Amino acid sequence: MRHSLAIVGLGMMMAALQMPLTAQADPVDDALVIDDLEMVTRTKAPEGHPFDEVRSGWLYREAETRELEADSFQNPGMLYVEQGADIWNRIEGPEGKSCASCHNDAAVTMKGVGANYPKWDADAKRPINVELQIDKCRVENMGLEAYKFDHAEQKALTTYIKNQALGEPVKLDLSQGELQSWWDRGKELYYTRTGQLNFACASCHEANSGQYIRADHLSQGQANGFPTYRLKQADMVSLHNRFRGCIRDTRAEFPKAFSDELMALEVYVTWRGTGLSVETPSVRQ
Amino acid sequence: MIKVTRFLCAAFVMHAGAAFADDTAPDKVMYEDFSVQASLTGKAGDPVEGAKVFKDRGLGNCLACHQNADMSGDLFHGTVGPAVDGVADRWEPAQLRAIVSDAKQVFGEETVMPGFYSLKVGKDVAKDKAGKTILSAQQVEDVVAYLATLKE
Ligand code: HEC
Ligand code: HEC
Ligand code: HEC
Repeated sequence: MRHSLAIVGLGMMMAALQMPLTAQADPVDDALVIDDLEMVTRTKAPEGHPFDEVRSGWLYREAETRELEADSFQNPGMLYVEQGADIWNRIEGPEGKSCASCHNDAAVTMKGVGANYPKWDADAKRPINVELQIDKCRVENMGLEAYKFDHAEQKALTTYIKNQALGEPVKLDLSQGELQSWWDRGKELYYTRTGQLNFACASCHEANSGQYIRADHLSQGQANGFPTYRLKQADMVSLHNRFRGCIRDTRAEFPKAFSDELMALEVYVTWRGTGLSVETPSVRQ
Repeated sequence: MIKVTRFLCAAFVMHAGAAFADDTAPDKVMYEDFSVQASLTGKAGDPVEGAKVFKDRGLGNCLACHQNADMSGDLFHGTVGPAVDGVADRWEPAQLRAIVSDAKQVFGEETVMPGFYSLKVGKDVAKDKAGKTILSAQQVEDVVAYLATLKE
C-alpha cells in the first residue's frame, strides 16, 4: 500500500512537472462571460502596437482562477464592490455630502467611465486616474483629505467605479491635452531596463509573454482588470502596487505611486490593452 | 601599484561582502571569442554547491527560466530560456563561464538572461544591491562546474 502510494505520488509530481514543460506557450481558448455579459479577452491590436492581438491576463490563468472571476457570486473582489457602494452613499466631511449627493446612482452616472481612464486633468496639467479623481472630489467637493495610497477605501471605491464599466472596451483619448507626450514617456519607460536583474517590462510581458517564469505564466501585463483580487495576497491590488511589485522584482528602487513615472506607465500600459473589456474586479493568482 | 590594488580590493570587499581578494573583479573579466578562459577565483568550482545556486531563488534562480531534467524533483521550471539538458555537450566550460558571468557578451544586448557577475545592470538598482553582482565569483565557478556535468 505504502509502496503504491509512493508511486502515485511520484506520478503526480511528474505530471505537475510536465505541466510547465509541455504546456503550449499559448493562452487558453476560452470565453469569459460575467453575469451573461461576454467579455472581450482577445482583440485586434491598435495601430502601432507590438502585438497583432491584445489579450487579457485572464487567458493565462489556471482554470480555477478563471472560474472565480467568471462567477460574480464567488469572485472575492465583489465584496469590495459592495464596500465601494457603501462608501459612495456615505455622508462624510464638513460639507455633509456623499459621492451620491452629486453623482446620484453610479450605475447610471459612472457607467462606462472607468474604461476611459487615465484622462487629461487640465487643472493639474497631468494625467488623472480613477484614484486621483476620487481624491480630487474628496478635496475639492467634500472638504476631505486625499486618501493615503492603497487605503482600503481608495481600493474599494476605485473597484466600485471601475466595475460600473464592466465589459466596456478600454479606450483612451490621447488627443486630450498633452496625454500623447505622457504616452511617449510611458513607452520609453516600458522598454527601459531596471535593477540588478536588468529587465524591462517588455523583457517579460512582450518578449516572453506566453512563457513560464517559474510557476508564473507570463501574460501581456494588461491593466484592464485593475484593481485586481490577488489570491496570493487575499486582497485587492491596485495597478500602481502591481507596477511597483514588478519593478521591485527587477531588484530596483521603485517610483512613488501616482508619480510622473507611474502615471506615464499607466497611460501607456492601459493603451496597450485598447479594446479589451474592463474586467474589474479581475481575479489573479 | 600594490597599494592601488589593495585599495581597490578593500573597496570591493566592502561592497560585495562575499568577494575575496584573489577574485577577478567584474570589470576585469576577459571575454574573448565568447569565452572566459581563466577561473574567476583560481579555485575549482564545486558542482554540488553549483546545483544549489542553480535552484535557489535568492541566488541564481536559473530554474525560473531554464528547464532542467536533472532537477525533476523540483516543481516549476521556467521556459524563458532553453532547457539546459546536455548543455555541456554544446558549450565548453570557458564558454559557460562567459554565459553565466555576462550573457550579453555571448548572446548580445537583447538577451533577457541577467549578467550574474557584471555591474553593467539596469537603472535605479535597489540600494542594497548597488555595486554588487548577483553571484559571487566562487558561486559563478560553482554553477559552471555544475553545468559542466550536464551531458546527454
Ligand atoms: C459637490 C459635488 C461632488 C461630490 C460630493 C463628488 N463629486 Fe465627483 N465630480 C464632481 C464634479 C463637478 C465632477 C466633474 C464633472 C466633470 O467635469 O466631468 C466630478 C467628477 C467625478 C468623476 C469623473 C467622472 C468622469 O466622467 O470622468 C468621478 C469618477 C467622481 N467624480 C467620483 C466621485 C467620488 C468617488 C466621490 C465621493 C468620494 C465624488 N465624486 C464626490 C462633483 C462631486
Ligand atoms: C521578471 C518578469 C517581469 C517583469 C520585468 C515585469 N513583470 Fe509584470 N508581471 C510579471 C508576472 C510573473 C506577473 C503575473 C503573471 C502575469 O500576468 O504575467 C506580472 C503581472 C503584471 C500585470 C498584471 C496583469 C494582469 O492581467 O493582472 C501588470 C499590469 C504588469 N505585470 C505590468 C508590468 C509593468 C508595467 C512592468 C514594467 C515596469 C512589468 N510588469 C515588469 C512579471 C514581470
Ligand atoms: C530571466 C531568464 C533567465 C535566467 C534567470 C537565466 N537564464 Fe540562462 N538563458 C536565458 C535565455 C533567454 C537564454 C537563451 C539566450 C538568448 O536567447 O538570449 C539563456 C541561455 C543560457 C545558456 C545557454 C543554453 C544553451 O543551450 O544554449 C546557459 C548555459 C544558461 N542560460 C545558464 C543559466 C544559468 C546557469 C543561470 C543561473 C545562474 C541562468 N541561465 C539564468 C534566460 C535566463
